[in-house]
Amino acid sequence: MASHVTSRLVLFVIFFVLVGLTALTVWVAYQDLGSWNAPVAVAIATLKAMLVIVIFMEMRFGQPLTWFAGASGVLFLLLLIGMTMADAMSRGWLGVPGK
Amino acid sequence: MSSRTSTVAHQFDDAEQQRNASTLGIWVFLVTEIMMFGGLFTAYVLYRSSYPEAFAAASHHLNATLGAANTIVLLSSSLSMALAVRASQVGSRWGTVAGLVVTIVLGCIFLGVKGYEYASKFEENLVPGPFFDLPGAEPQSELFFSLYFAMTGLHAVHMVIGVGVLATLVVMALRRRFDADYHNPVEIGGLYWHFVDIVWIYLFPLLYLLGRH
Repeated sequence: MASHVTSRLVLFVIFFVLVGLTALTVWVAYQDLGSWNAPVAVAIATLKAMLVIVIFMEMRFGQPLTWFAGASGVLFLLLLIGMTMADAMSRGWLGVPGK
Repeated sequence: MSSRTSTVAHQFDDAEQQRNASTLGIWVFLVTEIMMFGGLFTAYVLYRSSYPEAFAAASHHLNATLGAANTIVLLSSSLSMALAVRASQVGSRWGTVAGLVVTIVLGCIFLGVKGYEYASKFEENLVPGPFFDLPGAEPQSELFFSLYFAMTGLHAVHMVIGVGVLATLVVMALRRRFDADYHNPVEIGGLYWHFVDIVWIYLFPLLYLLGRH
């Protein structure tokens, strides 16, 4: 059976990259980026999550069906947040009672 | 009967098919986990966008230093978990046990720091309820702490379950249940542990670091 094994070096390098990105998250949180602080924080977190998924969780050796399953979770999470916010942010558009 | 055939359940053609099935299975479970945490993240995004000042003010009462330290602890536990999975793949029994034990210890350190943080919040009257008291803050700051306890609490429950899963894996490894051909439980336990790490990767900046600038 073709079991893929990740080298210790790769695991340690990814770990230190994750620690570095954590330091970057903290540093950037104290910079005033206006309304961009939250998107940058989420972008860095997503980069860290992708490193964990692809390397630590060995998704780069994953079957297409496994990728599909994981992506469906992200898709429905974005739908959940996106449609909730679309509702909340558009409620004031019509000046009618019971909005 | 060789050890390989004995570890492949009868419904599978071979060990690789069995491994792919268990990997897909845990990922489908993790998708349901994404949706469970997703409900809380949605509530967070909605109320943070509705009351940005109250949330930023409340966030300042969290200890960012402890949060950052706990992030490093959890990332270290993911490294030791990945090393345990690697050891199980190459058939190193003691490497697997050592990696799992280090992961358990780091997980317990995380929970200990979390418990200390919770105790501080009780002492500072920052726990939502009749004794919540944050002078000069908008009332919605209580909502932030409700979400803080719900999200980190659900995450901590996952950590406790994860420690139980890893302890079970240690016992299985010591009983020689795994070898280079069969170590699916270690890999699946690892995927669960890494997922819980990813949840914290998002929780840390969203709860501890908002409005710091």
